[in-house]
Amino acid sequence: MNNEFWAELSGVKKRFGKTVALDGLDLQVRRGELFSVLGPNGAGKSTAISLLLGLLQPDAGTARLFGRSPSLVEPRRHVGVMMQEVTLAPELRVHEHIALVASFYPSPLSPTEAMELANITALASRPYGKLSAGQKRQVQFAMAICGRPKLLFLDEPSVGLDVRARENMWGALRRVVANGASIVLTTHYLEEAESLSNRVAVLNKGRLIASGTVNEIRALVVRKHITCSTVLAADQIAAWPDVESVTREQQRLQISTSNSEAVVRRLLAADSNLQELEVRRAGLAEAFTELTQEAA
Amino acid sequence: MSTTTFEAIDKSSFPDVMSPGRLLRAYFTEARFESLRMFRVLGFSIPFLVLPVALYLLFGVVLFGDAVRNDPATGKFLFAAFSVFGVMGPGMFGFGATIATEREQGLLALKRALPAPTGSYLLAKLLMTMVFAVIVMATMIPAALFLGHLPLTFAECAKVTAISVLGSLPFCAIGLFIGTRASGKAAIAFVNLIYVPMMHVSGLFYPLPKFLRTISPIWPTYHLQQLVFSALAMPSYGRVVTHVAVLIGVTLILTLLSIRRLARVG
Repeated sequence: MNNEFWAELSGVKKRFGKTVALDGLDLQVRRGELFSVLGPNGAGKSTAISLLLGLLQPDAGTARLFGRSPSLVEPRRHVGVMMQEVTLAPELRVHEHIALVASFYPSPLSPTEAMELANITALASRPYGKLSAGQKRQVQFAMAICGRPKLLFLDEPSVGLDVRARENMWGALRRVVANGASIVLTTHYLEEAESLSNRVAVLNKGRLIASGTVNEIRALVVRKHITCSTVLAADQIAAWPDVESVTREQQRLQISTSNSEAVVRRLLAADSNLQELEVRRAGLAEAFTELTQEAA
Repeated sequence: MSTTTFEAIDKSSFPDVMSPGRLLRAYFTEARFESLRMFRVLGFSIPFLVLPVALYLLFGVVLFGDAVRNDPATGKFLFAAFSVFGVMGPGMFGFGATIATEREQGLLALKRALPAPTGSYLLAKLLMTMVFAVIVMATMIPAALFLGHLPLTFAECAKVTAISVLGSLPFCAIGLFIGTRASGKAAIAFVNLIYVPMMHVSGLFYPLPKFLRTISPIWPTYHLQQLVFSALAMPSYGRVVTHVAVLIGVTLILTLLSIRRLARVG
């Protein structure tokens, strides 16, 4: 076991009846990184996280948390958790929920400190059941950080948050990582993963199909997008070699190509008045779609 | 203005071992908040805290007060019956329905993912039930002494309280067994399916015809009531050791089956 990894799955297989949830998955989470686990529904993300939290046992392979079995309570005392599918007691007040979770840790923050970090001090005495969906997520975030965790598992942390609350949470996540903790993020907001992640893993059908930095993942998609204002007709450009598609939006053409350099050279040669030329690489969302479609 | 910074989170040298004091405090905190929240659920706390003493006063004082004054044994029978009735509900419904619902709502998974101390979740519910049982007895005894005019000694009161509070354990185990197997909605129906016959076919409130008396020992209520009768120096069926053994047996078997189920299925 390599101690540089705070959480690790090695060759993990997991079945539920006839369904193969994970098929030889390897994942490593290092110190001080925000690691996003992406994948379509049923890819095995939740199973992978459940194995790292000790909620499930692998059929084959090993799961390790700080070099130990996740079913032991000791490594879990370094872990904070925010689950998506959880309903907390509506009768308890916000500060009571946080005090309860804090009591499980050896050296926790006080509920007041945790609420300050999560920007929810004003909600302290509100019954949990009276909160909006976004406020509940903020409370769950405070519960996740109240034990001073080294490693945070966050499942869809910003669902239901308004723009300002989401920016606050993103800022909080960046500060958690800047202070040396690690975060494992599962999210359907690819914009969130693109903005926050140091590393990304893309799962599909229980296998790791790509992993690396956001730029490395984006670079896996060779297609680039060219936009420009031109007098050339869309049909004419669509017939050029290496051009995959051309669409017109008002005065601008949008061209998808796997050989942007050659297409740009030909565009400039064909239209000397060409303007507003822009070339951009595929985003994480597009890379994700392409990777998961290829693997399907 | 926020005064706490995120540097507070990164205390990489903090220990992963809990001191005994902190561990005890974790158990206590969970039990305190479990009790607090169940008190705040008025649909749970009012029926289970008020109904036993209210029904005892209705039957033992208002309706049959004269008969009880002439025959204290009838009064003691009613006191014993409503004491047992009072400790059944919190255990069966507090465990059964809430565990089934909380399993469905993902709370149990969250507790298992968090470093909650071993068994703190179940122990908190157990202590909550015992707190409810203590409160039930704390209302039943003054009602019996001052409104029911029962000649109870201090020792009898103490013994009945201890038996009733500990006697809530098999009902917790029944609730736990159902709660770990049924869905949230079905659990309430299943609990009622056992709770209602157990009240009426175990001889709790009225003497049973002979053919029903032969099957009444299958119910934990029968054994608990016989123990309360013994504590009140009233005639009872069977031996104390048999009743204690049955109640402990029911508690242990159902609890072990439930814990095994929770560990395997969650």
